[in-house]
Amino acid sequence: MTIAPVVLPQHAAARRRQKENTRSAGYTVLGIVFLGIMLFPVYWMINASLQPSGNTLTADIFPFNPSFAGYEKAIADQGQNLVTSLLISLGTVALSLAIAAPAAYALAQFRFRWINVALLAIIISQMIPGIVIANALYAAYNDIGLLNSIPGLILADASHAIPFAILIMRAFMIGIPPSIVEAARVDGAGLVRAFVSIVVPISRNSIITAGLFAFLFSWSDFLFALTLTTTEEVRPVTLGIYQYLGTQVSNWSAVMATAVLSSIPAIVLLILAQKYIAAGATGGAVK
Amino acid sequence: MSTTRLTSETAPADRAGAPRRGTLPRRSLKRQFSKENITKVLFVVPAALYILLFFGYPVVKNIVMSLQDYTTKTFFTGEAPWVGIENYVTVISSNLFWPSLINTALFTIGSIAGQFVIGLALAAFFKRRFPLNNFLRSMLLLPWLLPLIVASATWRSILDQDSGILNRFLGTLGIEAVPWLTDPSVALTAVILVNIWIGIPFNVTILYGGLQDIPDELYEAGALDGATGWKAFWHITWPNLRPVVSVVLLLGVVYTLKVLDIILGLTNGGPANATQTLAIRSYQESFVNFEFGVGAAFSNILILISLLFAIIYLRANRRQVDE
Repeated sequence: MTIAPVVLPQHAAARRRQKENTRSAGYTVLGIVFLGIMLFPVYWMINASLQPSGNTLTADIFPFNPSFAGYEKAIADQGQNLVTSLLISLGTVALSLAIAAPAAYALAQFRFRWINVALLAIIISQMIPGIVIANALYAAYNDIGLLNSIPGLILADASHAIPFAILIMRAFMIGIPPSIVEAARVDGAGLVRAFVSIVVPISRNSIITAGLFAFLFSWSDFLFALTLTTTEEVRPVTLGIYQYLGTQVSNWSAVMATAVLSSIPAIVLLILAQKYIAAGATGGAVK
Repeated sequence: MSTTRLTSETAPADRAGAPRRGTLPRRSLKRQFSKENITKVLFVVPAALYILLFFGYPVVKNIVMSLQDYTTKTFFTGEAPWVGIENYVTVISSNLFWPSLINTALFTIGSIAGQFVIGLALAAFFKRRFPLNNFLRSMLLLPWLLPLIVASATWRSILDQDSGILNRFLGTLGIEAVPWLTDPSVALTAVILVNIWIGIPFNVTILYGGLQDIPDELYEAGALDGATGWKAFWHITWPNLRPVVSVVLLLGVVYTLKVLDIILGLTNGGPANATQTLAIRSYQESFVNFEFGVGAAFSNILILISLLFAIIYLRANRRQVDE
């Protein structure tokens, strides 16, 4: 008590800090509320997938008696489709990176005369509606026998990813100092070896970002799945959900269970690879 | 580039009178140069081929198809007779052309306006410093990363007239059940609302980035002149954010124009064609009616509109670079 005069200013500062803390805690609460509203449909999807009865639209707010019947049916009906989607998505990642990474490096570092034309072509290609590509590919695939095939869908799905991948990797590679590569060249490495052993490791983060988005784009593809397949042989899960919506609307828990299973890549990557996803979300749009 | 050209041009001149032994290294140097140039070109060849085959060819093929009578028969007989502009006449005189054009406009404008206003408000909110800010903001990206068909399926269950959670919630407030996806007068609104939900995260992310790039000193200086709150927004935030805004809006327009998954998943263009857009028309003519010529004509009109916005976008982009 006797040292009160000394403590007082600290008290004032502490009070002010406390006030600031209360306010920022209030913002956190508000932020959680906003996020809660935005993510409510995702919660509802998970909730509905765990409801016992087939007709889960009368679902409780919370799955008090969780049932996995929806998941059993989903895996029985759509398990094969999930595997198909996975194969197509992995193939799209490999193809997109193999095509886009060297091109991104070339557009970033080689002094070609027509670079601006190439960049313009890439930006415009991102704007071409998918239905235009599907229209033309259906006829072409029909002639060369690529309908209902995984390679056919990989090639088509790469159109979602390649322009984006080139732009996002180029944005990074433009910052690589040419001296690093030149040093290796002096030591006798060819262009290709210098690219593989120096440029690729340095650009790892942007390559991972491009790869993750290639995966998500391909995994989410619905248009090419819908137009370039005609049988049940090769059926990505997105098309499986669409077919469910047409025929199984009475069995919502199975539809929602499939939806949850198809959301796993996005949810897992958002949590485990947040850094890369955030980089892709901003990098892709602004260039 | 200019230095390379200079040396390769001057080198032969220098060596013109040089003794014979000089020719050998020169030739190998030259060969090395051209070999290297070939390697350099090989870096872009796969991408160039891909873009030609999967973007260039479809555009050309669509133009050709739109001038042909291209139907299922074509796949058996290989014949697609030329019909000139007949497909375009069919398109424009069809009952669904003007409604689908108007729906495309309403869908695009409504979606973009909603996404942008809510996105900007949330971006401004997240500009404040508080615990968990980064985490909450990145979790917000989830709706944007989900497959669109998953979003459609989920919203279809939420919007169900009789037992969907939205109408049950509205019921507790005493509001009568709304036939979101089954009544032609509200279906387009419902589809727009879902598309707004999907687009908000993207808008928040880009606009947040734009807001972060505005230097704090501007606000501090503005505050001294009495510009705070809305005044600060109109006089400091908005003018500085404009380049980012134009990019977000035009990208949004170009992407929204081609949306297919959401509408097919929610309403399939119905009820009573209330949610038909140009993209849906093109899909249904080609892949439901197998009138590929008519479908191609629809999609060419779509490309034309996209191209119009692409030009605006590129101009805005160039202006931004110039600034």
